[in-house]
Amino acid sequence: MMNWVHIAVPPASALLAQLLIGLINGAFYAMLSLGLAVIFGLLNIINFTHGSLYMLGAFCAYLLLNFFGIGYWPSLIIAPIVVGAFGILLERLLIRHVYKLDHLYGLLLTFGIALIIEGLFRQLYGATGKPYDTPDTLSGVRNLGFMFLPIYRAWVIAASTIFCFGTWFVIERTQLGAYLRAATENPALVQAFGINVPRMITLTYGFGVGLAALAGVMAAPIYQVSPLMGSNLIIVVFAVVVIGGMGSILGSIVAGYALGLVEGLTKVFYPEASSTAIFVIMVIVLLVKPSGLFGRGV
Amino acid sequence: MKLRSLIVAAAAAILLGAAAAPGALADGKTVKIGVLNDMSSLYSNIGGMGSVVAAQMAVKDFGGKVLGKPIEVVYADHQNKPDIGAGIASKWYDEDGVDAIFDLPTSSVAIAVQQVAKDRGKVTIISNGGSSDLTNKFCSPTGVHWTYDTYAMAHVIGDAIVKQGGKSWFFITADYAFGHQLQDDTAAVVTGAGGTVVGSVNVPLNNADFSSFLLQAQQSKAQIIGLANAGGDTINSIKQASEFGIVQGGQRMAGLLVFISDVDSLGLKTAQGLLLSEAYYWDQNDQTRAFAKKFQAAFNGKVPTSGQAGVYSAVMFYLKAMAAAKTEDGAEVVAQMRAMPINDFMTKNGRVREDGRVIRDMYLFQVKTPDESKYPYDYFKQLAVVPGDKAFRPLSESVCPLVKK
Amino acid sequence: MESPRFRAIRLSILLILALAAPFGFYPIFVMKALCFGLFAAAFNLLIGYGGLLSFGHAAFMGSASYITAYTVKMWGLPPLVGILAGTAVAAAMGTVFGWLAIRRKGIYFAMVTLALSQMVYFFALEAKFTGGEDGIQAVPRGSLFGLVDLNQPLAMYYLVLAIFLIGFGIIYRAIHSPFGEVLKAIRDNEPRAISLGYNTDRYKLLAFILSATLAGLAGATKALVFQFASLTDVTWQMSGDVVLMTLVGGLGTIWGPVAGAFISVTMENYLAQFGSWVTVIQGVIFVVCVLLFRRGVVGEINYLIARRRGNPPLAKAAAGD
Repeated sequence: MMNWVHIAVPPASALLAQLLIGLINGAFYAMLSLGLAVIFGLLNIINFTHGSLYMLGAFCAYLLLNFFGIGYWPSLIIAPIVVGAFGILLERLLIRHVYKLDHLYGLLLTFGIALIIEGLFRQLYGATGKPYDTPDTLSGVRNLGFMFLPIYRAWVIAASTIFCFGTWFVIERTQLGAYLRAATENPALVQAFGINVPRMITLTYGFGVGLAALAGVMAAPIYQVSPLMGSNLIIVVFAVVVIGGMGSILGSIVAGYALGLVEGLTKVFYPEASSTAIFVIMVIVLLVKPSGLFGRGV
Repeated sequence: MKLRSLIVAAAAAILLGAAAAPGALADGKTVKIGVLNDMSSLYSNIGGMGSVVAAQMAVKDFGGKVLGKPIEVVYADHQNKPDIGAGIASKWYDEDGVDAIFDLPTSSVAIAVQQVAKDRGKVTIISNGGSSDLTNKFCSPTGVHWTYDTYAMAHVIGDAIVKQGGKSWFFITADYAFGHQLQDDTAAVVTGAGGTVVGSVNVPLNNADFSSFLLQAQQSKAQIIGLANAGGDTINSIKQASEFGIVQGGQRMAGLLVFISDVDSLGLKTAQGLLLSEAYYWDQNDQTRAFAKKFQAAFNGKVPTSGQAGVYSAVMFYLKAMAAAKTEDGAEVVAQMRAMPINDFMTKNGRVREDGRVIRDMYLFQVKTPDESKYPYDYFKQLAVVPGDKAFRPLSESVCPLVKK
Repeated sequence: MESPRFRAIRLSILLILALAAPFGFYPIFVMKALCFGLFAAAFNLLIGYGGLLSFGHAAFMGSASYITAYTVKMWGLPPLVGILAGTAVAAAMGTVFGWLAIRRKGIYFAMVTLALSQMVYFFALEAKFTGGEDGIQAVPRGSLFGLVDLNQPLAMYYLVLAIFLIGFGIIYRAIHSPFGEVLKAIRDNEPRAISLGYNTDRYKLLAFILSATLAGLAGATKALVFQFASLTDVTWQMSGDVVLMTLVGGLGTIWGPVAGAFISVTMENYLAQFGSWVTVIQGVIFVVCVLLFRRGVVGEINYLIARRRGNPPLAKAAAGD
């Protein structure tokens, strides 16, 4: 009934190569789920819009290149700022109205916003991907012996690790991060101390969005820039956040990379299932430890 | 509060009005042609609005009228979903008086719509859908498969490559019926010509990242990596293959379903050397060039793909057949089509076979290098012509019940 | 409580409209609306009255659709038996999924249902019998008890209407019963319900199974209406669609989901040629509903009527918030 495909276990070098590729996907999962976790942790909003904001980041890079001749490196800075500002606009105008309501409404609202953004871009650009070339400084391959690794992909792994752990460090180890974490637990008290909590919330949302946009710019040379790129990814990213522990920064980073590895392995042994493996893990985690691997309490 | 209730009431009124508004009802006063394809997703470039423009051009060139009635072209987006396509087709045939539907990329939709048409005695002429099953397992007395199909692609490309020395193959296959079909058809040709299939991998749908699968292909050390996928998937595979230095390593990519629009997306730098098969290329001869020029004037300077040219060719022929048969009845018009030879800018002595398959010559092309390309859209050089009887599935191998054995 | 006379009048008007509909509208269009209406009503049982958001309800609707299509086409089962088969499978799935999902609450419950339905999608994609991308096509409608040919649009329509009324009737009875009252109590304040001695898990599971079964009934019937079963029916986007319908129509109102389904199907029909604008409009409706019209169309109407009568507390109850 099913197509069971049995592949003989490939040699270690081949496996290593697949794991490395899995790590690259994992980098994007980590960056995106990090943004989601930050937003959920502080705002209690399940930000379904995240996928389309990632897509906006990639399109921003594409448009910057094709209309203003602005290349990859400046785009890494400009796109997150532009999209982050847009995110702040969304938060101020629409999202802040649902803070007091059930989680459900936040989910539905951001789902609706995601549909609008994606529908608009689909209408304007169709669903085929637009090409975005790898920047010259990062093109070419490095022969690692067991595989040819494109230099750009190595950059993705390195850069994402820096961004992710940089964010973790700010939130967990600095004073600013301490204020943020305190504001999650008890906004009224923190406000009483004279800290402008609503502004902090707005900026946090902007930051989470900026992180998604940054991931989008980094993704542009690898995956084609397409209006659908976010919706294909968002469900998987949710799974990652749930597995890592909703609201846990470290959890989403670790889970992101780990699940990228798992997906990579599945592609070797049972490729058809590679999209679904993450969901199986999610169900297991939800049933065994619903707060996630690093989460704190349901 | 009052504003809110006003809005609710207004919305309800509008929606009720919309629901009650009947579609353009069939009144028998016009002959209606429908173009149903993918307008917004991965196949929008090979057909899309271009096919609609092609149909409109054909209607205009025919004179705008047939059997004394004006001809109208309607179109819709089936979003690559069989249920949406079948739903639109049913409504068009039942309510809106549409006589024939053209284009229909995405084989699963084409199969569904051809069935809908078959049940109602209406016509489908498929220009962009690929599965060879349309004239085999699912053949229909009112269905015609106009341009290319998976069998022909597999044969022309597979055969040519093996003859060139590409004997060992590894397939990267889109994990659904169309992909599997393409792989099976090509594998049969390859092994028949003395080659071997070293391995294959099924790639889930909606997958943008082929790196893992390309790596497996690389490790298999096959000479040829066959891409049994289409549209955006093929583009991604080729793009990423060049990223990973696969072609530098000595292996070659064979796109089993590649169109000029894909090459346009990729750019010659990435696509050079790629072998592909098409039924039409704009720069083949004076006639093809003349058509391309007219099309470009009507469609933003883009050259027509073989599917779009096929729509023009099919609409023209359909209208001619309708005029000759002196009736709108689907079965009779198609019977008339079978009785007439097809001779136009892209077809020489073609004919509609009893299983609905149009037998036409297919061409083998190779993508030029950037240096070889002298003017815009100068992408292909023609390597070979494969006559129709050799390219398409012979009747002896057919399981179509319409074929008399 | 609305007056019985008002209810009787409303019911008769709706019934007359329903019986006359195929003569004024394209029958397949109305049948589609009825199937989705039942689907949304079943979904609403869980969210509107049970307070449980399932993000994977398409799994039940779609699976039943496949089973019915397959058994009728390949095994030649008569249409009603095929529908029963599909519904039974949905019920079985509902039992298993419900048992797994009930263990968690709130957003985690939703995530479990989503993950489980993704696995169903994967299964549908890979299994041979579903036909993958092609789906199962050309499903014969057969004849009812060997007497009535269901290929006649009118005959099929009245069968679908009957099935809808039965399914909807079951939901109505369930809501207006002691079971329904306990369910609402659990939705409003679960710890209190537990303290009152109710086995809340059992009630939630029963509601889940009932909801899944009726969603399956809708899907099974839909397979015969369109003579088609495809992957679209088991995607998470389809689960999202039913949430939209229920939200627009009115969570926790009886007729809301049905109204929402009709609105959604009409919109799709009217706007099909505009491609991606449909997505944009759906998104706008979501946003507007969440921010301004949380009660949904029917909810708003109920609220306005209750307010007109000068019954503010009733207005609150009618809002079902």
